[in-house]
Amino acid sequence: MTINQLSVFVENKPGRLAEITAILQQNGIDIRALSIADTTHFGILRLIVDAPVQAEQALKDAGFTVSLTKVIAIGVDDQPGGLAKNLALLSGHGVSVEYMYAFISREKKTAYVILRVDDNDKALDLLKSHGIPILTEQEIIQGV
Amino acid sequence: MKQNVWNPIETAPVAELQALQTARLIHTVHHVYENVPCYRARMDAAGVGPGDIRTLEDLSRLPFTYKQDLRDTYPYGMFAVPMEEVVELHASSGTTGKQIVVGYTRGDLEVWGDTTARALVAAGGTPGSKIHVSYGYGLFTGGLGLDHGAKTLGAVAIPVSAGNTQRQIQILRDFGSDILCCTPSYATYIGETLAEMGVDPSELKLSAGIFGAEPWTEDARHKIEGLLGIKAYDIYGLTEIIGPGVAYECSCQQGMHICEDHFIPEIIDPDTGETLPLGQAGELVFTCITKEAFPLIRYRTRDIATLSREACPCGRTLIKMSKPRGRTDDMLIIRGVNVFPSQIESVLFQTGQTSPHYLLVVDRVGNVDTLEILVEMSPDFEFDAVRLVEQKQREIAASVQSTLGISAKISLVSPKTIQRSEGKATRVIDKRRLYE
Repeated sequence: MTINQLSVFVENKPGRLAEITAILQQNGIDIRALSIADTTHFGILRLIVDAPVQAEQALKDAGFTVSLTKVIAIGVDDQPGGLAKNLALLSGHGVSVEYMYAFISREKKTAYVILRVDDNDKALDLLKSHGIPILTEQEIIQGV
Repeated sequence: MKQNVWNPIETAPVAELQALQTARLIHTVHHVYENVPCYRARMDAAGVGPGDIRTLEDLSRLPFTYKQDLRDTYPYGMFAVPMEEVVELHASSGTTGKQIVVGYTRGDLEVWGDTTARALVAAGGTPGSKIHVSYGYGLFTGGLGLDHGAKTLGAVAIPVSAGNTQRQIQILRDFGSDILCCTPSYATYIGETLAEMGVDPSELKLSAGIFGAEPWTEDARHKIEGLLGIKAYDIYGLTEIIGPGVAYECSCQQGMHICEDHFIPEIIDPDTGETLPLGQAGELVFTCITKEAFPLIRYRTRDIATLSREACPCGRTLIKMSKPRGRTDDMLIIRGVNVFPSQIESVLFQTGQTSPHYLLVVDRVGNVDTLEILVEMSPDFEFDAVRLVEQKQREIAASVQSTLGISAKISLVSPKTIQRSEGKATRVIDKRRLYE
């Protein structure tokens, strides 16, 4: 169970981020989690939203460069070492993490980490077999 | 204000010059017709035989030669003498693989040495001079062209070539060079390095410099003169015609005298090919009338300039050309390398995952030309990792380096961000203001 993440290529021009969030707002789209990777000349904005396909279309129509990436959202114990043990599991079996970022569930008082890995199938197998909670697309849409 | 001239032909009456040109033109037309298949074919197709060329006016009956002709006959297809008579080769910078190759007989080297000796003497050089040549030595015509001139003059040639600026300055100081020959941007760099090192220009014996191989402005001239404490002279040339020495400035600096006893100049309308009168700006065309190995007929330089027979206070009667004012094509000279923007297209096509939309941004930082190429990623390009974007940029940069011979900074941009146009796309933004 991978989930869809929206990625937007953002050139370093003033107001671009504001424009993007405004379009999402106009389309009634709610952001669950986000991260931005910044370099000197561009950034990559990554968003977990409640309607990724709709969001992708809305941004494309507005002329943005977007894509949907399949990522994995795992639940992490809210105590020291919670994340470390999951990452050790993945690296121990040769799964590489391209990037990651986290968000908190208010209700469940749980931390979730979004991971982009080089091999989704292998990662999912490993995580499931070790009983690590994995969020589904449905859960993201409904809100955790 | 007569000055020393190297060759008496420089002050000959125009009528005498033109009689000489006529005889030499007729000889050369026969020479190429008999020895260069592409000229014979072209003249036959135009219905013009060597016997039809009797006066200078008949020059306009002859077909033009284009750079593409030289590429199509690479490497030796336009040589007019057997290889046994060739003693030196040179080639143009730019694309690897299909360079322009030119050859020289011993006689051609004497012509070359004569032309650059004229430039050296016009700049105040004498047989007692030490000529510091910081143009690159190699296939590039700059270094050896001035070297031949120094030897022809009987001066001392110091074949330093380009690079290692600290050492250049040490040599300027210790060897007592009095004439510096290099590109104007390198001269500026030497001047600035001199200042950084705390060396006063008066510690050097330099009195003059001969700068060319790239366009430069009056502002650049004043800057160089201030930094080095010298008088800065312009020189013009191109590999296809001979190298440096096609034209040179005298101390009046009211245009450059063309060695028209060796190279007949014309100005034409680049669109119609019609010959234009003196004073009108158009494309410079040259016909070699003394070269043996590689004489070109009506070669289209793609440089825009004007010609003038206004009397020059220096006493020289050789026709003058203005500094080039631009080009008819989109060729750029970046760090001494000829770059055609359209070459980028083939690079992008090969590397893939980009659209054919790109923009070259050329600038000058310090004294070094910089090139940034903005390239639109294709809509399906996987950009969702900085690593992938950087990898693609590096890949394109490596391809540009090996195809164009020049390093460029590559910036991948979003699709549709580079301005489209109805007509000819703007592919280049040149911030260097070379022609002002």
